[in-house]
Amino acid sequence: MQFALLIYESADAFASRKSDGADTYTGAWRAYHKALVEAGVFVGGDPLEVPETGTTVRIKEGKQGVQDGPYADTKEQLGGFTILELPSLDAALEWAARCPAAAYGAVEVRPLAPDTKRRIVE
Amino acid sequence: MTESEQENARRIVERVARESYGRLVAYLSVHTRDLAGAEDALSDALVKALTVWPRDGVPQNPEAWLLTTARHSLIDFFRHQRVVSESEPDLLLLTRNTTEANVETNYPDERLKLLFVCAHPAIDPAMHTLLMLQTVLGLDAVRIASAFLVSPKTMGQRLVRAKTKIRDGGIRFEVPEQRQLPQRLEAVLEAIYAAFGIGWDDMAGADQRGRGLAEEAIWLARVLLQLVPAEPEVQGLLALMLHCEARRAARRGRDGHYVPLSEQDPKLWSLPLIEEAEHHLAEASKRGRPGPFQLEAAIQSVHAERARSGRIEWSAVVQFYAHLIRISPSIGRRAGYAAALAEADGPEQGLAVLDTISPDAVSSYQPYWAVRAHLLQRLGRTPEASEAYDRAIGLAEDPAIREFLLRKRG
Repeated sequence: MQFALLIYESADAFASRKSDGADTYTGAWRAYHKALVEAGVFVGGDPLEVPETGTTVRIKEGKQGVQDGPYADTKEQLGGFTILELPSLDAALEWAARCPAAAYGAVEVRPLAPDTKRRIVE
Repeated sequence: MTESEQENARRIVERVARESYGRLVAYLSVHTRDLAGAEDALSDALVKALTVWPRDGVPQNPEAWLLTTARHSLIDFFRHQRVVSESEPDLLLLTRNTTEANVETNYPDERLKLLFVCAHPAIDPAMHTLLMLQTVLGLDAVRIASAFLVSPKTMGQRLVRAKTKIRDGGIRFEVPEQRQLPQRLEAVLEAIYAAFGIGWDDMAGADQRGRGLAEEAIWLARVLLQLVPAEPEVQGLLALMLHCEARRAARRGRDGHYVPLSEQDPKLWSLPLIEEAEHHLAEASKRGRPGPFQLEAAIQSVHAERARSGRIEWSAVVQFYAHLIRISPSIGRRAGYAAALAEADGPEQGLAVLDTISPDAVSSYQPYWAVRAHLLQRLGRTPEASEAYDRAIGLAEDPAIREFLLRKRG
């Protein structure tokens, strides 16, 4: 089954991305990605641009509203996602614990919803 | 009662709960085989103690008070369930001496039976440690779930299922016969060591999960040693854990960075713990029945010797690993053997051992990649070393180890 690891990062973590790629942030992520691929569990995923680049659209009572930035105002923001093919939630939690963001932010593990998807794409 | 007396009563409830939990659960469940029922009854009694003791004063014998109260609540439960007829013998046993004054202060210690039940062959080995932590030490499911990286809800369900199997599956609360003892004991020791390993991995205490689990495991081994003093592997396990525990303060630098064993400052090691470990190991080896835990402890003992001699006798470490592999060749032991052999005879020898391990078996085994990277780096095979470092870094859970490896990778 497939799981999404949703990566939550603080403003500091987002800021540390700007460096040249020789930093520990990038090094840890590069190694983690390599380990996922080598273990044959990586399905897909991407980092997201910093939260300030987001724009949120909502339509309420027929009126559309557009807002700068992400909707939620919390300390940690969604910074990326990774989709993994794994036999169980236990295995997914193990990979989440190895994720660099588990140490400096938070990693939420969510199963994908293939049944819902099937109903939508049919 | 003054506030400080109330605080004092609360502390006594906590202390008795901590020290007597397993003994009380074992005694309350040994005849009914109903672990969940015994735990519920005991937690009712503890909740009651938290209101009664600060108000009326702490009873003369707090443990007996808890036992009596828990028994009453078990009896109420049985009556309520109207299963009196089938549970009559149990009920009789429970009702006997139910007044507090009558409760023998040295009621039988059934914890050994409880340990064997938790590590029973009919129970999934993955549950052995978890059951022990909950029923013998009284750890709650949320804490166990965090330590073992399982969702708390799932952990709760697994524990309930295992306890139901114990109650309904005809698993007897008994100490195995002499003939079966060594094999059954092995499962108990493995389960205790698994708890220690979990507690050890997160010794930094950087997060809450597993904090103190290493101490709990050592405590369990001490209990076990009291109950089966003649089994050398019990002392082997205790010696192994004490040696590791002795190095706790040396495993991290001042700023929290990871310090590998060979670079630790022996002055930071705990001498009393090392001496205690050595005592147990010596006692165990007198029995002339070596086993995996004694051998693992012997390896740690060689490392501890560096505090006196200033050097590590790698050839001895190699010997002990070779013996361990003959008993059972786990990947961890083969990786340890390779690392020791590299120190004794050169990195090529170590690498040759690593090359005999199938790549499929190590695709997510972190220590293998860390050893491999180190040996390739020593051989000057930099691109291959970098690849192996990446694998080790990507598989690391401990951020301090991740940073250590990132630095070494360069």
